Amino acid sequence: MSERSDVTLTINGKAHAIRVEPRRTLVDAIREDCGQTGTHIGCEHGVCGACTVLVDGAPVRSCLMFAVQADGKQIRTVEGLASGDELNALQRAFMDHHGLQCGFCTPGFLMLITGVLEREPDISDEELLDVLSSNLCRCTGYQNIVKAARAVAGELRQRRTA
Amino acid sequence: MTGRGRFAADISFPQQLHMRIVRSNFAHGRLRAINADAALALPGVHAVWTAADVADIPPIDFRLSRIEGLEPYRQRLFATSFVRYVGEPVAAVFADDPYLAEDAAELVTLDVEELPAILHTDVEPGEFEPGRSTEPAIVRKGYGDVDSAFRAAHAVVAATLSTGRHSGVPLETRGAIARYDAARDVLELHGAAKVPHWNRDQIARMLGRPAASVQLYEGHVGGGFGIRGEIYPEDVLVCAAALRLQRPIKWIEDRREHLIAANHSRQQQHHVRAAIDKDGRILALDDEMFHDQGAYMRTHAATVPDLAAAMLPGPYRIPAYRANAHIRLTNKTPCGTYRAPGRFETTFVRERLMDAIAAKLGLDPIEVRRRNLIGSDEMPYERPLDTLGTHIVLDSGDYAGLLDKALAAIDWARLRPTLAARRAAGEMVGAGFALFVEKSGLGPFDLVKIDVDANGMVEVVSGSASVGQGMETVIAQICAETLGVDYRKIRVTHGQTDKIEKGMGAFASRVTVMTGEATRLAATAVRTKAIEVASELLQTPAEQLDVVDGEVVRSDAMPGPSVDLGAIARALALNSPLRHGRTPGLSAEGWFHSNHMNYPYGVHIAVTKIDQDTGAVDIERYLVAYDVGKAVNPMLIEGQIVGGCAQGIGGTLLEEFLYDERGEPLSVTFADYLMPTVREIPTVDVLICEDAPSPLNPLGLKGAGEGGANAVGAAISAAIDDALGTPGAVTELPITPQRLRRLIRRAIACDQNTR
Repeated sequence: MSERSDVTLTINGKAHAIRVEPRRTLVDAIREDCGQTGTHIGCEHGVCGACTVLVDGAPVRSCLMFAVQADGKQIRTVEGLASGDELNALQRAFMDHHGLQCGFCTPGFLMLITGVLEREPDISDEELLDVLSSNLCRCTGYQNIVKAARAVAGELRQRRTA
Repeated sequence: MTGRGRFAADISFPQQLHMRIVRSNFAHGRLRAINADAALALPGVHAVWTAADVADIPPIDFRLSRIEGLEPYRQRLFATSFVRYVGEPVAAVFADDPYLAEDAAELVTLDVEELPAILHTDVEPGEFEPGRSTEPAIVRKGYGDVDSAFRAAHAVVAATLSTGRHSGVPLETRGAIARYDAARDVLELHGAAKVPHWNRDQIARMLGRPAASVQLYEGHVGGGFGIRGEIYPEDVLVCAAALRLQRPIKWIEDRREHLIAANHSRQQQHHVRAAIDKDGRILALDDEMFHDQGAYMRTHAATVPDLAAAMLPGPYRIPAYRANAHIRLTNKTPCGTYRAPGRFETTFVRERLMDAIAAKLGLDPIEVRRRNLIGSDEMPYERPLDTLGTHIVLDSGDYAGLLDKALAAIDWARLRPTLAARRAAGEMVGAGFALFVEKSGLGPFDLVKIDVDANGMVEVVSGSASVGQGMETVIAQICAETLGVDYRKIRVTHGQTDKIEKGMGAFASRVTVMTGEATRLAATAVRTKAIEVASELLQTPAEQLDVVDGEVVRSDAMPGPSVDLGAIARALALNSPLRHGRTPGLSAEGWFHSNHMNYPYGVHIAVTKIDQDTGAVDIERYLVAYDVGKAVNPMLIEGQIVGGCAQGIGGTLLEEFLYDERGEPLSVTFADYLMPTVREIPTVDVLICEDAPSPLNPLGLKGAGEGGANAVGAAISAAIDDALGTPGAVTELPITPQRLRRLIRRAIACDQNTR
């Protein structure tokens, strides 16, 4: 209803010049204005984490942020994880451990885990579980998501100590 | 995984309008007027509809379990003279963008004369409308002489037990996008799930169109659990609007709407009695239950109370039985089925009763089960009961055997003294278990078509649906193994009404059984045809041929000519000189008909520790033993069981839809309606058994979708009773910290009194 402003959202390295109302949420801008529908909306009040993206490396609830706040920042979403058709290690771990069923919560979990392991590669298992408790999944009962996250964390630890 | 999913909200069409529903903010009232002037004045708002605009569209009809007396209680697309629950659709705004539609919806004002809300079922029925009671029907099931059994009993054990209102709450909210293709005169509905063919037929009928002119498209579905995919007012509204406003119409609900307008479930109160002999054998079971249905009868009609009344007996011998299920309407969100409907509730009731029998006679609860379990030598066992249009015949099962396996798996013999020692040291810990029988494989039919193309790629088309459970993999596996191809060469199509004319969808754990067997039949026919043609091409008798990895080869693995399925398909092409009059195409249909469901069964065991100060429950261990007849994909089965368990834990400890005294919903965000996170769900040990294959299909398959949820309430309650040292303490779910602290104080007081 109010004046729109020009904003540039850089998503997975690509700049999107869009024109949005101040109240336009970041997740709506990512999905509708920039056409990246991999990030999902589960609650719009910051509890479920389906909308989790990385903004300047930090996992963020994009439903609780406005698009104008992300102007000039580096946004990473699930679409940026694979290299062409080649899945990255975390995605492969999710597949190998059956870490998804309906797949709706998956992009949020992938970005959450990516963000946390990049910032705290030596995170303890207890802290990793605490971080995972930020996001909801209704299908899997979490067991296999935890296995996938632990597998990748373990792999990273091994490579560092190698 | 890569962000290329196509869930309902991801679908958009050029020129689409966005629909936003205006919902009643009163639980009960006379709807006097609706004022949409301010909303219509906003630029970009195209229309505001109310009941008058869709008066020609009939109420939403029943899909299952229709019984006499329920029709007048069906829901129309909009409230007409009365509003009956907070959340009921009253009007719809159609605008250029969703933010604008929501702004406009807030400007629509309602003039409602508030009436007292009916919020409980433990009172006399009230008035739904003048001349109509809020108790539209009582579902009665039974057999044998119950009253004589009670008169002759050694003892009677009774309990009043309640399960709280909660529901599936998938992570994806509901959504629907309708588009009218004027060139083909076809109305398309995208975002379908669960039962696309039935929904297509209903929507066509409601809008006065031929069924062939309405097509439903199922994309990716963010969880169903029983509550997504039934026809809701919003689904019909987007279709009517696409036709009448001549624009595609998109509707995606937000989470608050979902929590007050999508089907609720589970709220029942049971007054149950068992007549027992001196050894704890049940002579008769009598249950008077009250099912809180919410404001209207929706597509499931009497399904949930019917299943509750039919499945209460579980795995036990019940010589005489009576169950009266009162359907009660209340001014709350209408209800439907949710994973293990009628069974989460009645397993809680039945297993609490078994524990009460044990307590009454001073017997081990395991021994009471053993004395009452139906033996494997009695299979198939006919229960003189019916449900979902089928007679209940327990097809196969070794209940006592599975109980033994489960107890051994958790090392029950060592667990008990360990927990006793910990209790003596001051911890509040305990273990409990529960047995149950599930149902699966609901027919009456499934149809599958398989076609092999000129490149040897296989397409399996079925009329079932996917709700994210992985049915595509299971069907591909069955086809691959039967036909003799790599499963990665197989494409499974589902949920598209324009690809196959008939389908039953995905519900009641039917797909692996029904679609699975239809697939096996179709694949067998394709294999036979392929070998017959190959026999001619290779000049080798058919009996000496086999299909391996997409090629027809000699079955004795001797070197020789072979021919791949793609070449055979080409040989069967319409213009092929090699076809020799055969029906064109390497394809076949498979029909599987079944008039009976089959009955998987299981055992849940829980070990819990209670925090005496906070009332928090820590589930230290959880085990599910489940006999599935034949396991096609153990990883997917385990996923279903663990996922079901997580939902069961939610419904047992955390989730509840609460209302204030005026019927205002209090559980409208995830801050109020608590969903389990990874911290609330323990590692679940899953023991998948194949000791009792079903005799009703050649592969012996039974379904696995609901067994994880079924017995959680019962098992955790038993564990908490054990931890408290007070048998029968838990009579109500969910066991919230507040309720548990009351039980803890009572247990401590009791303990002090007996010292």
